[in-house]
Amino acid sequence: MTQTSLSGTSGSSAGAVPAVRISGVTKDFGSVHAVRGIDLTLDQGEIVAFLGPNGAGKTTTIDMVLGLSHPTSGSVEVLGLPPRHAIARGLVSAVMQTGGLLKDLTVRETVQYTASLFAGATPVDEVLRTAGIESIADRKVGKCSGGEQQRLRFAMALLSDPALLLLDEPTTGMDVEGRRAFWSAIRADAEKGRTVLFATHYLEEADQYADRIVLISHGRIVADGTGSQIKALAAGRTIRATLPDADADVLSALAGVENVDVRGDAVYIHAKDTDEVARYLLTQTAAHDLEITARGLEDAFLSLTGDDHDITPTDSEGASA
Amino acid sequence: MTTQTIDPTTRRVPPLGGFNATMLGLELRRMLRNRRTVIITLILPALLYLMIGTNTSYSNQTEGSGNVSAYILISMAAYGAVLASTSGGAMVATERALGWSRQLRLTPLSPVVYILVKSIVALALGALSVVAVNVVGAVNGKATMPTHVWITAAIIAWAGSVVFGAFGLFMGYLLPSENVMQVLGPVLAGLAALGGLWFPINSHSTMGHISACTPIYGLAQLARWPLYGGAPHAVWVVNLVVWLAIFVGGAAWRMSKDTARV
Repeated sequence: MTQTSLSGTSGSSAGAVPAVRISGVTKDFGSVHAVRGIDLTLDQGEIVAFLGPNGAGKTTTIDMVLGLSHPTSGSVEVLGLPPRHAIARGLVSAVMQTGGLLKDLTVRETVQYTASLFAGATPVDEVLRTAGIESIADRKVGKCSGGEQQRLRFAMALLSDPALLLLDEPTTGMDVEGRRAFWSAIRADAEKGRTVLFATHYLEEADQYADRIVLISHGRIVADGTGSQIKALAAGRTIRATLPDADADVLSALAGVENVDVRGDAVYIHAKDTDEVARYLLTQTAAHDLEITARGLEDAFLSLTGDDHDITPTDSEGASA
Repeated sequence: MTTQTIDPTTRRVPPLGGFNATMLGLELRRMLRNRRTVIITLILPALLYLMIGTNTSYSNQTEGSGNVSAYILISMAAYGAVLASTSGGAMVATERALGWSRQLRLTPLSPVVYILVKSIVALALGALSVVAVNVVGAVNGKATMPTHVWITAAIIAWAGSVVFGAFGLFMGYLLPSENVMQVLGPVLAGLAALGGLWFPINSHSTMGHISACTPIYGLAQLARWPLYGGAPHAVWVVNLVVWLAIFVGGAAWRMSKDTARV
């Protein structure tokens, strides 16, 4: 599988240290190659969606950014520091979908406990107020609803004013209104330089809220670009033709052709204007057995990720990654 | 699009690996709020002493510099300390099961400080348990022994239970479940019987040799040693030290395995 590179996505904002720099990272678990070589740089203030099916390597990569595990090869830097050092300075926070809370502490105690571990955390009362959990501050965490627990997790994550925030399926279970409010808050923080990397398998959410989408599959980055760039991959149609000794370079040079894939005698051409390509193939080459198929957004992702399932174009049930 | 950037060099690392009075206070409060822990570690050993140790048919027979009641009192204090330290250490199992340990690894808290705090909590609970049994014993009045024996035995029972704080940690890392004490409670009762806390075991019998190899044996013998005086047997100390090394080693091994997913 090759990476679909899209222009103009990793330009660095002048002078500032990147929020994340992943260089040549692989991670093996025994004979399983979970991550097969990832290079990725995130600039400060970017909101990036980490999109991919379950088992693609999203969680493994995030764990390495958090310093919870070490790469088999390659290196990971967070704000120019080894991940554990960045965490010791309160520069990185993560919000998981489930767990991570003690049921026998109250909401306030949980925030106090977490705040006490950082140098210079935001005052507890202020955090409770901002997160809208002041009224349930004295309630036991075990008695809080799922939504209240999620607000508590966010309050804890924001205590140290992190420069990098990692979110796992952040808006699962939120209604449309909650989702909109959530993302406008995230956007406001990004403008102050906070980088947000969120794992998701919802295309729609990635497209709507991320500045940049990194598509990962089978432990590799298969596409990296803005939502519209990624979507462009899905525009147009694909022509399949039988054409021995096809010259991929000539075909690629045709107007509107985005991608040419030669597989033996078969050639797959993805293009905006497939009529022109078909005309060319039938008149100028020995091509025969033409088939023209439309490709939906979902199909684009499926062909990029090489999977037949797991990616959902819109909200539907799905396990966390 | 980015209007501001963050300079990582302006951020500080907390002193002492994140250790602080707020978290220690909250940990102690959590422990005392747990009804099951309080019943098992503070009430059960005292109750057992009243049931077993005050039977008039034998309680007043002489045993060392005290009486049989005193012997049983020390045994129950040691049992309480063992239960308490194990529960304290085993709290990590619950915290791992709930994902709290993972959450803590996303803070500056050093894993060494985390273990240290758990050990302090375990030993604090152990101290409360020993005090509870001894206060009940003193109020009840059946147990007699010289004051210095009373105090030394209590301190040894408490300090020796550090072995079981390590045991609790080891099991906590080995069995990630929210109710690990339901498994460990019966195990400890069995080990207490083998170690000679429930009834005396003849040290020259086959049972005695088996007993000497089990983890509570050293603690039980050392805690009761002030009652008899003289020099403590080397085998008691060896038993305690070897089991401490095994449990600390086991806990360290499980912790180091515990990398990717806490």
